[in-house]
Amino acid sequence: MIQSMLIMMAVGLFAGIAGAILGLGGGIIITPVLTLMMGLDIKYAIGASIIAVIATSSGATIAYLRDDVLNLRVAMFLEIATTIGGISGALLTGILDPKYLYLFFGALLVFSGWNMWRKLRRGQEVMTNVQADRIATKLKLNGTYFDKSEMKQVDYQVEAVPQGFLVMLGAGLASGMLGIGSGAFKVTAMDTFMKMPLKPSSATSNLMMGVTAAASATVYFFNGSILPNIAVPLALGILVGAVIGSRVMQVLPARIIRMIFIPVILFIGLQMLYKGIIGG
Amino acid sequence: MEEQSHESKATKNEMAHIETIIGRILQIGVIVAAIVMLFGLILLLINGGNGGYPTGHQPTTISGIIAGTVALKPYAVMMVGMFCLIMTPVLRVVVSIYAFYKEHDILYVWITTIVLIILCISFVVGHTV
Repeated sequence: MIQSMLIMMAVGLFAGIAGAILGLGGGIIITPVLTLMMGLDIKYAIGASIIAVIATSSGATIAYLRDDVLNLRVAMFLEIATTIGGISGALLTGILDPKYLYLFFGALLVFSGWNMWRKLRRGQEVMTNVQADRIATKLKLNGTYFDKSEMKQVDYQVEAVPQGFLVMLGAGLASGMLGIGSGAFKVTAMDTFMKMPLKPSSATSNLMMGVTAAASATVYFFNGSILPNIAVPLALGILVGAVIGSRVMQVLPARIIRMIFIPVILFIGLQMLYKGIIGG
Repeated sequence: MEEQSHESKATKNEMAHIETIIGRILQIGVIVAAIVMLFGLILLLINGGNGGYPTGHQPTTISGIIAGTVALKPYAVMMVGMFCLIMTPVLRVVVSIYAFYKEHDILYVWITTIVLIILCISFVVGHTV
């Protein structure tokens, strides 16, 4: 029993580091490990991943808030969209065919991966020539962060707020209905659509995904899907991992983070397309 | 132009202050959750892996969890810890409302309040669907 506990903690540690750096929930790592390697029922694996998302989010957010990497206003504003999307997702389960959602959002992630690759080749992380966006200025969304790998303060502007809001609505809907992609869509909306630099995008995604997950977590908590002997060691490992990851991310060059990020979202996107094609 | 940069500087200072408040509260929440979870885990180890409930079961009602925690049953204590963890993002939203209010940022008091209301609705929806 101690052995399985230590394995859970180690998995959590790794998932926490990766999740905090990339702004993803870590379900992509945890669900396969629990179901394929440990033979756990998918119901309990989902319960554990939702706890994992919250642990990653809260663990990483402490450092991201203190070091001022994330954009609190962007997070708050977009959380309106993700939470509305989440409720709609819960209500539409059984009405909307998930097949089309898999196809649509899979395609969106693949597009975003391709777009990120272009950004990487261009080699320019912050768009300095972006015109001040009227809505972004009104909502005071433009931000700044200190990049510890370049050792300089980076000011950035936010644009395409309505598009970002719309993608977030979809992100909430998809993660409410499909239970996946909680972080991938958020980073996509901020990085690809709203033209935020990758580091604040990832940090802000970390902050937001905890709120999105909290609502569904209580459902899983009270229906018995969250097994304490699995989820607790996992969560403890993740908290430590996320605290480490949130420090590592700040000193990593944005290019490196992007290089890790691209194959990951391409993988999630292709996996969703596959599920859409074979029919969920 | 100058006025604009002055305004954005004020916005930045305000943000730094708000973020510090929220970060501190979040940190306390996470530490409390971690300590309770760790305590439950240690109880479980002392009990030789026996969670205090039949195999594959854990308390899932509030009264059951409270009763189990009073009796120091490992699974009940672990459930309390996880519940604290689940509540940390909600706590963050609540504290944000207060922090924006203290900084007289009424627009974001509204935005954050809307988020909290939707979040409450989703709790209800989640439990009825």
